[in-house]
Amino acid sequence: MFNKYYLNHLQELESEAIYVIREVAAQFDRPAILFSGGKDSIVVTHLARKAFWPARIPMPLIHIDTGHNFSETIEFRDELVSALGIQLIVGSVQQAIDKGRAVEEQGINASRNELQIVSLLDTIEEHKIDAAMGGARRDEEKARAKERFFSHRDEFGQWDPKNQRPELWNIFNGRKRMGEHFRVFPISNWTEMDVWNYILEENLAIPSLYFAHHREAIYRDGTWLPNSEFLVLREGEKIETKYMRFRTLGDITITGGIESDADTLEKIVVEVSATRSTERGMRSDDKRSDTSMEDRKKQGYF
Amino acid sequence: MELLRFTTAGSVDDGKSTLIGRLLYDSKSIFEDQMEAVKQSSERKGLQHVDLSLLTDGLRSEREQGITIDVAYRYFATPKRKFIIADTPGHIQYTRNMVTGASTSNLALVLIDARHGVIEQTCRHSFIASLLKIPHIIVCVNKMDLVDYSEQVFNKVVEQYHEFASKLDIKDIRYIPISALDGDNVVNHSENMTWYKGASLLNTLETIHIGSDENHLDARFPVQTVIRPHADEYHDYRGYAGRVAGGIFRPGDNITILPSGLTSKIKSIDTFDGPVLEAFPPMSVSICLEDDIDVSRGDMIVKNNNQPEVGQDIDVLMCWMSAKGPRPGAKYYLKSTTREVMAIIKEVIYKIDINTMQRLDQDTDIKMNDMARVRMRTTRPLIFDEYRRNRITGSLILVDEATNETVAAGTIHA
Repeated sequence: MFNKYYLNHLQELESEAIYVIREVAAQFDRPAILFSGGKDSIVVTHLARKAFWPARIPMPLIHIDTGHNFSETIEFRDELVSALGIQLIVGSVQQAIDKGRAVEEQGINASRNELQIVSLLDTIEEHKIDAAMGGARRDEEKARAKERFFSHRDEFGQWDPKNQRPELWNIFNGRKRMGEHFRVFPISNWTEMDVWNYILEENLAIPSLYFAHHREAIYRDGTWLPNSEFLVLREGEKIETKYMRFRTLGDITITGGIESDADTLEKIVVEVSATRSTERGMRSDDKRSDTSMEDRKKQGYF
Repeated sequence: MELLRFTTAGSVDDGKSTLIGRLLYDSKSIFEDQMEAVKQSSERKGLQHVDLSLLTDGLRSEREQGITIDVAYRYFATPKRKFIIADTPGHIQYTRNMVTGASTSNLALVLIDARHGVIEQTCRHSFIASLLKIPHIIVCVNKMDLVDYSEQVFNKVVEQYHEFASKLDIKDIRYIPISALDGDNVVNHSENMTWYKGASLLNTLETIHIGSDENHLDARFPVQTVIRPHADEYHDYRGYAGRVAGGIFRPGDNITILPSGLTSKIKSIDTFDGPVLEAFPPMSVSICLEDDIDVSRGDMIVKNNNQPEVGQDIDVLMCWMSAKGPRPGAKYYLKSTTREVMAIIKEVIYKIDINTMQRLDQDTDIKMNDMARVRMRTTRPLIFDEYRRNRITGSLILVDEATNETVAAGTIHA
């Protein structure tokens, strides 16, 4: 029964993602890749490189800068952009706050996570982006499990989960009115495990934050929150030095890490395959309510 | 490791959520924090048991109404295979979701309650699977614990289903007696049903042969976009980017471009990782030709000696997916592979009652969730195969010119 004409699951997922990325380039006038510096957007960027080789990626990267960054992420971003020879657009949350377009959250768990929505939508509008590709995956969160590859957003950038377009076979409908845009998710069908196995197989460069390293952190809500100039200590909390790494990368104020000695890609793959909790379990933004991701997505979140 | 995509459909009571929950849980795809969150939500709602459907019903309105509204995609893997489940709701008003889930699946999981046997809903799911040409069906006769694990009851259900399915076009049907609640025959062989000698559900999912599901005979390459680097190094490079939809392409093949009919020869088949000697479905590659001829998005590269249909009159089995029925004489964007043309519905030949599989010759008024056989006419030629030969080159969607909504999906029959 041996059949040489078959792809293994990573090859098939790669081929599907390349197909989706090429559809984006073909169906839209001003597409872009949303780049966070995290592993998923690194994989999407790599897939885009494959999709258009030997030409350059025919679209810019967009980075929404909360101002609360890991410096490693920014260095990584700048090196990647210069290696690819493509344009980088930065949308600044600090600027949105300064202009009065967004209001800083107050309190002990304050974060700029929700404020990214304002900067993201402003950036999309300012640069007339009609399709923004991101690295979100359906296995991440239950509201994402029902997301389409081509996800329509109205003129306010909002998502209407009850009125999504049916998506059949491999036919994607990117038709829209003026002022509307699409979010596109080429790696929808990948799991966290697939992403890590792919990074290992393709030997992709990723920010050092993903590898185990010594870092100052405090223990809060079940994760190790990194020390930074933005951290406000609660009573009883104390800063410790931990050998740790991050499973996801976001704003430094909300991204918790885990104690780990995984300092190579191989060790990370082993660690992820044995782990018993989800990566977003480390993210305080998803713990706010049962449907907090859905609520943010409706407003225009990534 | 291969990828198997399958679809499930079921209603609230037939144990579908329990079965999916068990497959995910037993394959360690549900994480502790997800389980903890579901436990807490169940307790808040005052439920006695952990409601595994909360794992899949993620949208606020679904949680409020306690029903699944949309297709939810779920993922799990064993050391042998990776699985993608398109989990669709079973009630009749969600035919469009069942069709959506079925469109990308290699296999359909049909659940039958052992106490009730084949019911209307079973027929509906199976009929849709057959219309969408899903190659494999696994019939799980569930709740065997409630019929004393009786072999007679199981045999009776199998016989009933077998008779019904003889009217369908499904090549591979298997039957497994299970109890999703207790896990009998789901992952491990059941000690309560020693009379059953077949494989467990998971074992069947892991080993069922899917390598022949793709069409490896008719070479089809719909062009997505043209790659032109504009760099000194690749000054004259012109690659036609796309995903192989059928057959096997090799450098040196004599090819025809459709619809123009121009011919050439394949110079190379390129990928980022280097040139390949063979390209087959579902590979994404770029094809370079020996001659500098006009090829653009929506064209199809095929082999000279094996060509698809090119025409403007097509016979389509359609599932209507929009709340408003078709407007008389309305024009639609018709999308098939990478090609987009305008089209009108010239005639509704008949509607199909998806519960009885009867033709309704007198009823030609199409509404949401209706299946109908229609004749369509396109403004420019379509390049297609019969759906039964190729699920990619034989499928299409209709997009409303005014609202941009996807209003219908169709399979091409001639």
